[in-house]
Amino acid sequence: MAYSDKVVDHYNNPRNVGSLDKSQDDVGTGLVGAPECGDVMKLQIQVDDSSGVIEDAKFKTFGCGSAIASSSLATEWVKGKTVDEALDIKNTDIVKELSLPPVKIHCSVLAEDAIKAAISDWKAKHPAEAPAETAG
Amino acid sequence: MATLNQPIYMDNQATTPVDPRVLEAMLPYFGERFGNAASRNHQFGWDAEQAVDTARKQVAALINASPKEIVFTSGATESDNLALKGVAEMYGQKGDHIVTCVTEHKAIIDSAKHLEKQGVRVTFLPVERSGLVNLDDLERAITDKTILISIMTANNEVGVVQDIREIGRIARERGVLFHTDAVQAVGKIPFDVQAMNVDIASLSAHKMYGPKGVGALYVRRRNPRVLLTPIIDGGGHERGMRSGTLNVPGIVGFGHAAALSMNELEEESRRLGALRDRLLARLREHLDEIYINGDMDRRIPGNLNISFAYVEGESLLMGIDDVAVSSGSACTSASLEPSYVLKALGVGEDLAHTSIRFGLGRFNTEDEVDYVADKVTRTVQRLRELSPLYEMVKEGIDLSTVNWTAE
Repeated sequence: MAYSDKVVDHYNNPRNVGSLDKSQDDVGTGLVGAPECGDVMKLQIQVDDSSGVIEDAKFKTFGCGSAIASSSLATEWVKGKTVDEALDIKNTDIVKELSLPPVKIHCSVLAEDAIKAAISDWKAKHPAEAPAETAG
Repeated sequence: MATLNQPIYMDNQATTPVDPRVLEAMLPYFGERFGNAASRNHQFGWDAEQAVDTARKQVAALINASPKEIVFTSGATESDNLALKGVAEMYGQKGDHIVTCVTEHKAIIDSAKHLEKQGVRVTFLPVERSGLVNLDDLERAITDKTILISIMTANNEVGVVQDIREIGRIARERGVLFHTDAVQAVGKIPFDVQAMNVDIASLSAHKMYGPKGVGALYVRRRNPRVLLTPIIDGGGHERGMRSGTLNVPGIVGFGHAAALSMNELEEESRRLGALRDRLLARLREHLDEIYINGDMDRRIPGNLNISFAYVEGESLLMGIDDVAVSSGSACTSASLEPSYVLKALGVGEDLAHTSIRFGLGRFNTEDEVDYVADKVTRTVQRLRELSPLYEMVKEGIDLSTVNWTAE
């Protein structure tokens, strides 16, 4: 199977590899997938409490090149967005950007799940923010 | 270090390159010696027939058979189909039960499943963690309705060599025909149909440095005389068991490849075993948590199947893109399921996804082994830095206790 140039680029130069301290209040962690399925993604975000802007994002992925590329791209995209804007990122956007073939669509789905899981973990740590947002 | 030809081919259980000496022997039969081996009334036919006779002797000699017991086919898939379907139909009056095992090649498994639909009962024996069939299981599976035992000699994925001699003895004792898919073994390790009591055996030219598109089925002629119903009807070639004009250049190449393998088997197997051990030692030098799949001692010399824990196989292949090896990871197959062979050995799906098969062959060198070992080591190290699983394990987390969000 031939990989798209963008997948190869993310595989060779993954962006934002690493870990944030998951015990910190302003960090949200998403861990999705399973080793038995051949894909596990950990995606973490660091959110500015007052603005709700994602200031930093890190990932680590066990999976094929397309899974690594999808999560690497996800960290690039969420940075600088507010958590609500980040929730709008769809797996189909990732498929399009990386030119993923049909058999690799599940990688993009997993990356979208990882973003959502990280955000919901962060939100769980900040129950006060949620009503404020809906009120605003 | 000498300059390496890249990409490096280390997938010799998938196929082997044609030995240049084999190619040279074949070429005249694409040219002036184009005759049909079945043309009995002119020089062109006689030349072709003679060349086929020579090849038949060469292939027979490699497995200690008589030339008359060699049926040329289009390859091992056809040979496997002919063995199972041919026996089932010919001996249908005698019984309706076949014993085989779960790690067989798909050509056996799917032929057996085809027969099941026609009412034949098939026992698929499990294998132990080593990849070996338990011989007590085998004995217990045999009934008075059993007409065939089909157990492969060496496995294509993990290279594990079954105890063919003992299985042959059991089959003979119980009066059951014994077929073995010997594709990965013949030419690599000693294989003797007399000493091993093999009645039917599938062979392939392209796994022993011969051309693709040609194989053979060894069919015993006496003690007992084995008869097979053909699956291809026509002009009655190959003692009526396989009709169709013979692939003369292919057969000539097969014969030549068999002769070379016979002459070089001992030295080559020693050399490949040493290269394999060198590869493993070099990988182990810098990498922890690598696991060999299948028994290490009962294995063809050119095979090494390893799981690199916490690194998914396809991503590893991507990092060593100038090396041709294969992976048991689901991502490299169309089925999205990891290798059924590794699963049968009890290798967890998590580790099956991280497996790589290194297949060493006649043309691999020490320099290539060193290059591959170093490149794999660097790539595994890099991908483990990227692996959340490796990080969790290093933090002391037991991965089996994690509540994964499997889809």
